[in-house]
Amino acid sequence: MDTVRMQGEHANHAHPGVTPEWRERLERRVLRPLAGSSPAYFAWVGFLVAVLLWAFYAYSQQWDRGLIVTGMRDRISWGVYIISFVFFIGISHAGTLLSAILRVTKARWQLSITRMAEFITVVALMVGALFPLIDLGRPDRVLNMIFYGRWQSPLLWDVLAICTYLTGSAIYLVLPLIPDFALCRDRLGPTAPRWKRLFFTVAAVGWTGTEAQRKALDRALTIMMIVIIPVAVSVHTVVSWIFAMTLREGMNSTIFGPYFVAGAIYSGIAAIILLMAVLRRLLRLEEYVTRTQFLCLGYMLGAFALIMAYANLNEYVTVGYKMAGEAGFHFEQLMVGMFSVQFWFYIIGGMIVPGLIILFPQTRNVKGICVAAVLVLIAMWIERYLIVAAGFRVPLMPYEPASYSPTWVEWSILAGAFAQFALIISVAVKLFPMVSVWEVVEHRGPEPGSVPMADLEPQRAPEPRSLPERSGV
Amino acid sequence: MTEQIGGSADGRRSERLRLGRRSILKWAFIAAASGAMGALAKPVLGAARQSPEDKAHQHTVAQAIGDTEKRVRRWAMIIDLRSCDGCQSVGKPPQCTQACVQGHYAPEPMEWIETYEAELPGGGTQFIPTPCQQCQNSPCTNVCPVGATFHSPEGIVLIDQERCIGCRICMEACPYDRRFFNWGQPTQPPETIFQTYNPENQSPAYKGTVMKCNFCPHMARSGRLPYCAQACPNNAIYYGDLEEDLATNGVQVVQFSRFASYNSSYHLKEDLGTEPRVYYIPGYGQNVGRNPYKKGRKPTVWSWQRSSDGGETWTR
Repeated sequence: MDTVRMQGEHANHAHPGVTPEWRERLERRVLRPLAGSSPAYFAWVGFLVAVLLWAFYAYSQQWDRGLIVTGMRDRISWGVYIISFVFFIGISHAGTLLSAILRVTKARWQLSITRMAEFITVVALMVGALFPLIDLGRPDRVLNMIFYGRWQSPLLWDVLAICTYLTGSAIYLVLPLIPDFALCRDRLGPTAPRWKRLFFTVAAVGWTGTEAQRKALDRALTIMMIVIIPVAVSVHTVVSWIFAMTLREGMNSTIFGPYFVAGAIYSGIAAIILLMAVLRRLLRLEEYVTRTQFLCLGYMLGAFALIMAYANLNEYVTVGYKMAGEAGFHFEQLMVGMFSVQFWFYIIGGMIVPGLIILFPQTRNVKGICVAAVLVLIAMWIERYLIVAAGFRVPLMPYEPASYSPTWVEWSILAGAFAQFALIISVAVKLFPMVSVWEVVEHRGPEPGSVPMADLEPQRAPEPRSLPERSGV
Repeated sequence: MTEQIGGSADGRRSERLRLGRRSILKWAFIAAASGAMGALAKPVLGAARQSPEDKAHQHTVAQAIGDTEKRVRRWAMIIDLRSCDGCQSVGKPPQCTQACVQGHYAPEPMEWIETYEAELPGGGTQFIPTPCQQCQNSPCTNVCPVGATFHSPEGIVLIDQERCIGCRICMEACPYDRRFFNWGQPTQPPETIFQTYNPENQSPAYKGTVMKCNFCPHMARSGRLPYCAQACPNNAIYYGDLEEDLATNGVQVVQFSRFASYNSSYHLKEDLGTEPRVYYIPGYGQNVGRNPYKKGRKPTVWSWQRSSDGGETWTR
């Protein structure tokens, strides 16, 4: 009885192009990973856990002997940890951009990837927020931040902003999950483990899709998507302020806030491109994550490449024109000196090449856009390396410029952070539907030009997959 | 028609009722939760509040105010670069640095007062002994997230190593490179085990915390000059009190303000507006007959390295 009414209501809200068969296929495809796992999956998780354990071992060394096991010293006193902190907080902007900014503008093409983007946000924040703690000389006293916290310190602003952002984006992740939890509760068969079905029953908080529930969810989503945007901007602004609030050359600058926000969104777009390419392949979501999504994100990547190039031009032309004192030293070490290889990789590999890939129709395809995304991610890590390591290298007093090379401990902990990121996503894939089914059904419908994928359920005969893939824009 | 209206009005009323109950429950829950949180948090917070900072403050306030008839000293320093030759004439490492290291048991490689050799515009060099500048608009205390570095009532910037969490943002903020980190377990001579820690002597040193020159107010209060000023063979370092407007290098007493202005004193990086308490009189050691083209100084020595164990050293 209940089910009949619910389905009737859903049908009323569904997008005009949605047929029952299409919808059935979508639900099967999205819920399939939740039903069971292959040995390859467990091997992958085992590998990630091994990397993570290695990172724990590295950290135990640091806990034991102190930060002396890192390459940091008095003059370059921040390194890989703070660089990676900025990097991970940066890619967390993927979710906000896709699901909040685009939702506000009523765009619909992104609906099939918002879930992944929101996961990137939450997981990247969880990983990134650990780095300042790893970086502490006295991790045993971390609670002093609460007992004696001073609001005048940029680090406290970071703590506040990141906690707010993590809370907000977690709420924003869970809200649109509720109807999908209900879907899992109703559709997952007895093959799924009992605890999973119990989990979905609890997580669905009694969602049946009544008008009142839909209205409440819609209002909550509207509020959250507007609230989360200024929070996201503030997060990366205050991250930049831990640098910009000091008198150091190359950091004491007003452009740092917007520059960091732009860089964060830039790397966030690259992160979502990469994750959706991987998940679309592994979860066989090609029918829902099509060229359309890649192209739209590719265009945004291109636009942000231009914004970043413009910001860099502003930053370095104004300094290089005058070559004043310490600023001149910094300019020289970036352009032709110690950091020139990294700098020019950042400029060429991180902005010019991705921009050209997006510019030319020959390379503007799924593969090309993925290459651009990987380049951008590497380049944006290096950009933060240049800000921290090169910025700190500028001598403050008459002494020989210091040098910094990260040790195996720092690299291991960085590898552990990536493993942690991948591990949480891998576990999430088995617990949460990675496509927001109800939103796609209600607001998007079938992707234009997408090819129906063969269902991989064993009892069904596979359909031929010889049809050519066409542009979906 | 009428049924519908009646029905919807009923529905609205019941909805309002439900909302009322819900909000009452919500506020009751919030009140109960915050009460419980408060009850739990109080002993924890209270215990933590007792510890290091108050100790430090009580110490300095009592010493500064109680012992000197309620006049608060404003310690300051003049370094006369005309008399500083980087200890080239005595053929030793800079004695200010050396005495500071010996007196404070500063772990290697910390030089709380470091003698930099800077190029002169016309060629040749000058030596600049650089302690913590004791900025009155100090970038380091501003950024500390836990208030572990603070101004004493006498205007001196101190660090409470029992509170410092080792985030090193103060080292990033200091424009004079005057803060040092205990990257590993610091090496100190065995006699430090007899010391009780307080922020004015910073010893015994704690791993994973920041250290720096503390301007020796404990020495001044007992009528002695800081280690660096005592040890300078050329008496180039004057230490004094802006409140009394007096300074001395151990040989000669001068009026602080006049001595500073008559000799065209300046601050390091004056354009940053950090308002240091350390004044410099320009020079290259001419008063003690130094040839500015004779470069180089001897490296500082940490004499107890061999006698301490369990500690580690590193390079800057």
